[in-house]
Amino acid sequence: MAGGNEMIEIQNLTKRYGQIKAVNNLNFTVEKGEILGFLGPNGAGKSTTMNIITGYLSSSEGTVKVCGYDILESPKEVKKRIGYLPEQPPVYMDMTVKDYLDFVADLKTVDRKVKRSQISDVMELVKIGDHRNRLIKNLSKGYKQRVGLAQALVGSPDVLVLDEPTVGLDPKQIIEIRRLIKALGKEHTIILSSHILPEVSAVCERVVIINKGEIAAIDTPENLSKGFGAASKLLVTVSGPKNSVENAIREIYGVKYVETGVEKDRESISYIVESDKDIDVRKPLFFAMAKLGYPILELKSLNLSLEDIFLQIVTQEKEVE
Amino acid sequence: MSAIFWKEVKSYFYSPMAYILIGLFTLLTSIFFLPNLMYAQGSFTGNLSTMGFILLVIVPVLTMKILAEDRKNGTEVLLITSPASITSMVIGKYLAVCFVFLVMTIISFIYPVVLFAFGGTFTVDLIGGYVGFILLGMTFIAIGVFASSLSENQVVSVIVSYVALLIMYLAGSLSTIVGGIAAKILNWISLMSRYDGFSRGIFGLSPVVYYLSFIAVFLFLTTRVIEKRRWSQG
Repeated sequence: MAGGNEMIEIQNLTKRYGQIKAVNNLNFTVEKGEILGFLGPNGAGKSTTMNIITGYLSSSEGTVKVCGYDILESPKEVKKRIGYLPEQPPVYMDMTVKDYLDFVADLKTVDRKVKRSQISDVMELVKIGDHRNRLIKNLSKGYKQRVGLAQALVGSPDVLVLDEPTVGLDPKQIIEIRRLIKALGKEHTIILSSHILPEVSAVCERVVIINKGEIAAIDTPENLSKGFGAASKLLVTVSGPKNSVENAIREIYGVKYVETGVEKDRESISYIVESDKDIDVRKPLFFAMAKLGYPILELKSLNLSLEDIFLQIVTQEKEVE
Repeated sequence: MSAIFWKEVKSYFYSPMAYILIGLFTLLTSIFFLPNLMYAQGSFTGNLSTMGFILLVIVPVLTMKILAEDRKNGTEVLLITSPASITSMVIGKYLAVCFVFLVMTIISFIYPVVLFAFGGTFTVDLIGGYVGFILLGMTFIAIGVFASSLSENQVVSVIVSYVALLIMYLAGSLSTIVGGIAAKILNWISLMSRYDGFSRGIFGLSPVVYYLSFIAVFLFLTTRVIEKRRWSQG
């Protein structure tokens, strides 16, 4: 591959538990400085894949290479270069934040000279400096999560693997952590898993959608929306008799399909209008309704979100079965 | 390895665990020490064999959390995904338990000192006896560490180590009953028959080698159990 910029290379990765294939034949690469989102419903194999990349579990088949080192051949080299935040933050409840990070730094053999400054930098970064002398068991879930993130950052690894990093945080913290992850993405290569779709589209440059242990799609969030949204959708609420409104909408150039939705009250009914992607039907729609004298009460475009795509992919697979 | 060692030592001494167990050990040893004072028994080597039995009670409780807790709390992920190898993690943890045990042992030095102060005689066999005692304790600990790797449930791990230690404790006497190949096997695992020599003041090289290999085998098995789980666990 060109450039040799791949930080993580995964080939034919398979993990079996007895008869069950938790992960089946995964192939993907992550380039330097990239933030890759890992998206899938619960039990899709996200955590298993991350556990294998970080060397916690062994794969049944296939290879994982991090910075050119194979996880099976030189686990130590790989583990040195990865910071991992598992689903459950691996913190010791009976230690203080500072002692814990100190232990992690020793465990990762951080040079004694830089250890102290690095730990305070990391605490500053995830904003837990004020709690440095508190026992971890007394911290709230959100702070435990931050300590977990701090732990992953200690030793300034090239690659960060974060398994649902914003679980259990309040909305303000979520925004902070997302911002932090984006900032970290400038220096680190990041794999991030989530089942919260807006998070992935907000933070990640590329998305892997994984379902039942297999890759269902892999692309940028924008391309995914383009590829799957063959039509654009509008939600329009009009006050007027159903039949004539429907007919009027159908006659507009570019409209492909009209779906009558909810009857909001006696007079106004909402419709979902599908049209060709490159034709904007909003203006003709307005004039058509104005001509008939039916006021438009609401008009908004329903762009295909990552959420829709995700559901489409996951349900499509079901139909195929 | 040293990071894990110090972390575990701290966690023993920052929690009541170490104090309770050291206290219990000292209390039980003191009770069995009373007859020495009452009947003016000047030799301490006999007491070491009783202390060996007390260890059997103490060690499983001391070791039960050492690996099981990490697995239960998910901190095992941190240790395994760190650059430290599984072997160094197991050895670090093992040595931390040994450290607590050594503190216990050093506290027990007070009994022979009391005896000397009241006119007891110091004999070289006491040193040999203590070497045997320390080796026995370290072997118990290796078995306890192994038991702790088997389950994430500390109760399971403590019961497994009690059963294992009890079998090894009784193996010597059992072997005289059964005879044949069973007796031979029981003799292999009889920890106490090697210890008897020490507490009678006989210092032999072969029991030392025996205990050290016992420790090595159980620590190796522990690393295998953890390694094996990486292949099969969900």
